[in-house]
Amino acid sequence: MTMNITSETPKKIRAVLVDDEQLARQVLREFVAAHADMEIVAECSNGFEAVKAVTEQKPDLIFLDVQMPKLDGFEVLELIGRETAVVFVTAYDNYAIKAFEVHAVDYLLKPFSSDRFDAALTRAKQRLSGAATQKTPAAADLAASARPPAQYLDRIAVREGSQVSIIPVAKLDYAEAQDDYVALASAGKKHLKQQTISNLETSLDPARFMRIHRSYIVNLERVAKVEPYGKDTHVAVLSTGVQIPVSRAGYARLKTFLDR
Amino acid sequence: MHPIFSEFRRLAMYLVVWLFIGLLLAYLLTVSHDISPRDALVLALPLCLFYSFLCLSAWYSCRGRLPDKFTMGRLLATHITTGFFAAIIWTFAAAGLAHGLSKTTMFAGLSQRFRPEIPLIFCTGILLYLLSVAFYYIVISFEASRDAEARVMKASVLARDAELKALKAQVNPHFLFNSLNSISALTSSDPAKAREMCILLGDFLRRTLGLGEKAAIPLDEELSLIRAFLAVEKVRFGARIQMEEDIDQDALSVPVPPLLLQPLVENAVVHGIANLVEGGYIRLGIHTRDGIVSIDVANSFDPDAPAKRRSGVGLANVRQRLQTRYGNLASFAVKTEGDCFRVALTLPAEVEVQPA
Repeated sequence: MTMNITSETPKKIRAVLVDDEQLARQVLREFVAAHADMEIVAECSNGFEAVKAVTEQKPDLIFLDVQMPKLDGFEVLELIGRETAVVFVTAYDNYAIKAFEVHAVDYLLKPFSSDRFDAALTRAKQRLSGAATQKTPAAADLAASARPPAQYLDRIAVREGSQVSIIPVAKLDYAEAQDDYVALASAGKKHLKQQTISNLETSLDPARFMRIHRSYIVNLERVAKVEPYGKDTHVAVLSTGVQIPVSRAGYARLKTFLDR
Repeated sequence: MHPIFSEFRRLAMYLVVWLFIGLLLAYLLTVSHDISPRDALVLALPLCLFYSFLCLSAWYSCRGRLPDKFTMGRLLATHITTGFFAAIIWTFAAAGLAHGLSKTTMFAGLSQRFRPEIPLIFCTGILLYLLSVAFYYIVISFEASRDAEARVMKASVLARDAELKALKAQVNPHFLFNSLNSISALTSSDPAKAREMCILLGDFLRRTLGLGEKAAIPLDEELSLIRAFLAVEKVRFGARIQMEEDIDQDALSVPVPPLLLQPLVENAVVHGIANLVEGGYIRLGIHTRDGIVSIDVANSFDPDAPAKRRSGVGLANVRQRLQTRYGNLASFAVKTEGDCFRVALTLPAEVEVQPA
């Protein structure tokens, strides 16, 4: 017998369950079990495991808790990219719910019924089959809109392969735009993250970080001095010795800060 | 009640002021003409005593005509007219007194010598009346502002009471929804456990009911509440929660504001245990010494945990309530040592709980 490649048997939807509470995973497992076309490829109890599982298993769908040890749901989402459909599962969170309504495939509020679960699953399937034309928003947008107003990031999660690093913003020297990525310079190393520099700028505290150039954001605490460089351009010299170009607009902004 | 008569001290002050006015008037009488200082004093002092009582009537006229209800012109017209008549009465009284005195041998001819002073007496009469009017307006506005201040104080006390009520009656919705989700999970896998959790949750909620009404509960009752709370959380987190207690027995009867410690333990779970994959400890220490109760809530936490949402609200709430109830007699401190988060508070060991 040879395998019939054109077989009509539908491919199973491969799902990952992420929740730090064993009982919460149990509910999801039970509801998934009612669907023969679904398969659970991994269960994770924290954010690191989730990123690892998603990177290695490349599932179609994740049920993702928001509040977890190590990495929260939004950080996980930022790190796994957009290929996977995400259904958030959470108990109660004003800001997050607003964000879900705008951006996510669907969200389940604990406790939820199996009917509600099935409805979320249907929406996720539509998304997977491409029936839904709604475009998947950037994960970072979702994460940003789920933050309470006037609250800035205090750490940035970066994934290299299935490894996750956490950079506290206090240890971030500067960020440099590189096409669709930003390079985050911290403690003598550079970490690449898929995010636009403008997006990163909005999530950093403007009292601590400044966009001094189209391609650069700098940690103001690290700026040792600003020197002229050629005709009406400047460079910022960081305490680590690194020189960063300063645009004309950036210089004006930096000057008002330094004069203060 | 007339403000001058409301206190003896005020009446005395009032008369002293008029004594000075009388001396001043006597001096004026001696300046220009041939009235001796003795004659002037005998005339001016009784006159001023008389006029001081006449001017008391200005109070009623002022109270009935507050500046915010009448135009300036009408007020001036009314008071000047009244002052005019008061001054006429005063002048007649003065003339009468001078006339009467001149019948005695000691003050013979005083009536004649006094006659040129009549315009002076009349004008002083109007001025003194208008001065009284001004004085009463000042008294009225002063009392109004003091009333307003008292009202503002009362309102702020009421607002604080309302705020405290709101602070007390809080059970975190997060906790409730997560617990319900655990029950939902258990109904199919372990119905007996599900029932047990319903009972634990019911027990905790019942204990929190009506606590907002009470100013204080015995520490023992607060501890039962914490244990009921943790019993529910242990179903969710399983072995991830380790609770350790070290409690002096003589602290159990000390009254404390309700839900003072529960938010601290809840914080320890939400911001400590919930972020630790392997779980952690919560240590509750309560000790009494020299009439002071020291309470220590310590828990392990992950210093690299994801950014906390809604953090600090519970702690601020507890700090504020301690401050409101005990003022400077209580202390509140938060410390972070490595992976241990610690809240230490002290409060006076009050003797008895007031009956609720």
